Amino acid sequence: MTLSVVRVRGVDKVFGAGADKTPALEKIDLEIPKGAFVSLIGPSGCGKSTLLRLIGDLTQPTAGMIEVNGKTAHRARLDRDYGMVFQAPVLFDWRTVQGNVELPLEVSAKNKSARADRAKAMLALVELTGFERRYPWQLSGGMQQRVAIARALSFEPAILLMDEPFGALDEMTRERLNLELLRIWKQTGTTIVFVTHSIPEAVFLSTHVAVMSARPGRIIEVISVELPQPRNDLTREDERYFGFITRVRERLRGHEVGKPGAAEVAAS
Amino acid sequence: MFRPARSVLSFLVVISALTVLWEVVKLLGGDPSEAWTPPFQWTVASDLNMPHVWDIAASFVEPAQRNGPPLGLVLVNAGIFTFREAFGGFVFGALLGLALAIVFVHSQLLERALVPYVVASQTVPIIAIAPVVVIWLRGGWLAVAVISAYLTFFPVTIAGLRGLRSPDPRALELMRSYASSSRDVLVKVRLPAAAPYLFAAFKVAATASVVGAIIGELPSGIRDGLGGAILNFNQFYVSGPPKLWAAIIVAAVVGIGFFALVRVAEVLFLRGRAAPSDA
Amino acid sequence: MTRRIRYYGPAVAVFVGVLGLWELAVRALGIQQFLLPPPSSIGSAFAEHFDELITVGRNTLVEAVGGLLIGGVTALVVAFATARWATASRALLPFAIAANSVPIIAFAPIMNNWFGILNPLSKMMVVAVLVFFPIMINTLRGLTLVDQASLELMRSYAANELAIFAKVRVPNALPYIFTAFKVSATLSLIGAIVAEYFGGSRSALGQFIITEAAFFRFANAWAAIVVASVVSIAFFLIIVAIERVAIPWHSSARIADSS
Ligand SMILES: Nc1ncnc2c1ncn2[C@@H]1O[C@H](COP(=O)(O)OP(=O)(O)OP(=O)(O)O)[C@@H](O)[C@H]1O
Ligand SMILES: [Mg+2]
Repeated sequence: MTLSVVRVRGVDKVFGAGADKTPALEKIDLEIPKGAFVSLIGPSGCGKSTLLRLIGDLTQPTAGMIEVNGKTAHRARLDRDYGMVFQAPVLFDWRTVQGNVELPLEVSAKNKSARADRAKAMLALVELTGFERRYPWQLSGGMQQRVAIARALSFEPAILLMDEPFGALDEMTRERLNLELLRIWKQTGTTIVFVTHSIPEAVFLSTHVAVMSARPGRIIEVISVELPQPRNDLTREDERYFGFITRVRERLRGHEVGKPGAAEVAAS
Repeated sequence: MFRPARSVLSFLVVISALTVLWEVVKLLGGDPSEAWTPPFQWTVASDLNMPHVWDIAASFVEPAQRNGPPLGLVLVNAGIFTFREAFGGFVFGALLGLALAIVFVHSQLLERALVPYVVASQTVPIIAIAPVVVIWLRGGWLAVAVISAYLTFFPVTIAGLRGLRSPDPRALELMRSYASSSRDVLVKVRLPAAAPYLFAAFKVAATASVVGAIIGELPSGIRDGLGGAILNFNQFYVSGPPKLWAAIIVAAVVGIGFFALVRVAEVLFLRGRAAPSDA
Repeated sequence: MTRRIRYYGPAVAVFVGVLGLWELAVRALGIQQFLLPPPSSIGSAFAEHFDELITVGRNTLVEAVGGLLIGGVTALVVAFATARWATASRALLPFAIAANSVPIIAFAPIMNNWFGILNPLSKMMVVAVLVFFPIMINTLRGLTLVDQASLELMRSYAANELAIFAKVRVPNALPYIFTAFKVSATLSLIGAIVAEYFGGSRSALGQFIITEAAFFRFANAWAAIVVASVVSIAFFLIIVAIERVAIPWHSSARIADSS
């Protein structure tokens, strides 16, 4: 067995108490090997964001334990092991593009010239060289999201946590950014946990797709996507690609209609 | 959140805290008495500058003039008089402000021509023109109401403009696709959207109207309101400092009271609607 | 250029038109000086008393600026200090809003007694109290109404409270602070003039206007009103200019860029 970067064991998450008690996640087990690209997919409200936020220590589990790089998630956050990308870019209006990318480096007190070099390199990685002095509101939505990715990558996080980062973009931009993300993933070797609503996107990007069910949120199955690397435009025409899409779709649907077989839990 | 009972209670707590603080300052730096010699001598804390809380309280029941009615009654009457002026000014100002906003939303030419002057109007020291307005309108509370309206219409116009422009352009397009008249658009889309903005402005306007009424009374020779009372007790301050303080307290009550009134109206009117984040 | 004319043209036309009508109406209808002097006599009064008006205007401006600084700095300090404790600032806000609806002008005579009727400090303190509440309330809003996602982003970097304050809360509050100062600029001048009404140096706008009006020299009084208005607009524009430089990223600057 390879080294796990993220290890989630028997995690429950319940929001609220008393009458408005909402069980969001139940008995979640998940192992994410180093360098993996794992997508979380499932119906709206099944707890994908919650699971991501639990791994990132932005919220705490009600039961169970989460280990990241052999430490608690809290320790990992303090050690700055995470890069977060949300659905909205969450860029600061008052900072230039470069200033935004430097933000996490400033927080971790890197010196000025190292910061500038690193930010330049990251912006080159997302192909935004030449836009350093611009303000976020002068960029298109897709460019803003790329800035957010550059920012998340700037301090070389061990894990990149992405919550529907391309959800608000059009299909064409989305496909282009998918390719860019894969290139960055290969180049940096980080582990990525990726939330999406799109089955083709999940299959195209991931080494593993974790299919989730709603109410309570559970992981029904983790599907290994054995498609050749590197993925590219040809992948989208591969027959096996469609095979995996069908498999994920059936898993999702199968659970919705409540087939008896769907209850089986198969986590990695 | 809006819980009247709780806010009244915490309000009383703050008032009591201020009262205690006031007396502590006097204890530390006030005038010496037989019972106590304060360690410091601050001019600001002297009985002339900061009368004792109980002296202020007592002044409410003492007659304002020899053989006259108690000061409290005089001030309450003055407060009602000033409130009437302020309320009149508030109504005039709100109507004028809203009318201007509606005109500006519909005519870019008028907006460009007049909005700079709407803004500039607020830089004119109204106290300086008040006497003229009083002569024009032959005195009385109506003149003061007009002066008060001058301060009131401005926030309503500015917030009204923003509010009337706030509906989603798609909603406006949808209305257009139904071939609605611009009157329909105004009544069904723009005004409801502007309501939260307008109430935010009404709260500012309520305060401004009281300020405007007091300021308007000063140079116009009207002596029945709080402005007159303040001017009057200021002249005889040395002989009775608590009276001026009493007048100021009543003025504060009128100001806060009018604000609270608008706030209650806002809660009732906008029940179940989320306030706009920036208004 | 033509765009400029189209943009500012209507306003200029109104200015010229109103002045012309005013002059005509006063002459044609024979309106008496004490009701409304014509622009031409206000103009000549202005020219005649130019030096005095400048001195008088400067003295009042000093009171206004001094008061705005005292009140503004105190408000910023209080807001920054309480914003550290979210619950404290949330509890404080309703009282600040209530206090803001007190007609502060009523305190002018008290300040005269406290600090001396001829001391400019008495007027500054009225202005300071006047501007304190709007600036404090707005600053507190700016520091606390921060996008939740921005805070989470900072948490994911394990940023401490100080870093969040310096890199998120303060920049977020700057537009609110400037808005408050812009409003307070005009407020401070009006406040100083009203405070002068309760007594003060002869060499200040408020007392100048009262004296001239008392001696039926209305054109002089109106010239002083114009000075007050112009000084107040200039003060406002200076703060707008500082805002442009200090927060070039703000949306009010963006609109100007695109036109
Ligand atoms: N802060 C919260 N307080 C209370 N309940 C919450 C909170 N956050 C999430 N929930 C609940 O937890 C459940 C899972 O929410 P979550 O946001 O993780 O879903 P999701 O899978 O990301 O949905 P979507 O695909 O729509 O983004 C939902 O039922 C939601 O109502
Ligand atoms: Mg989600």
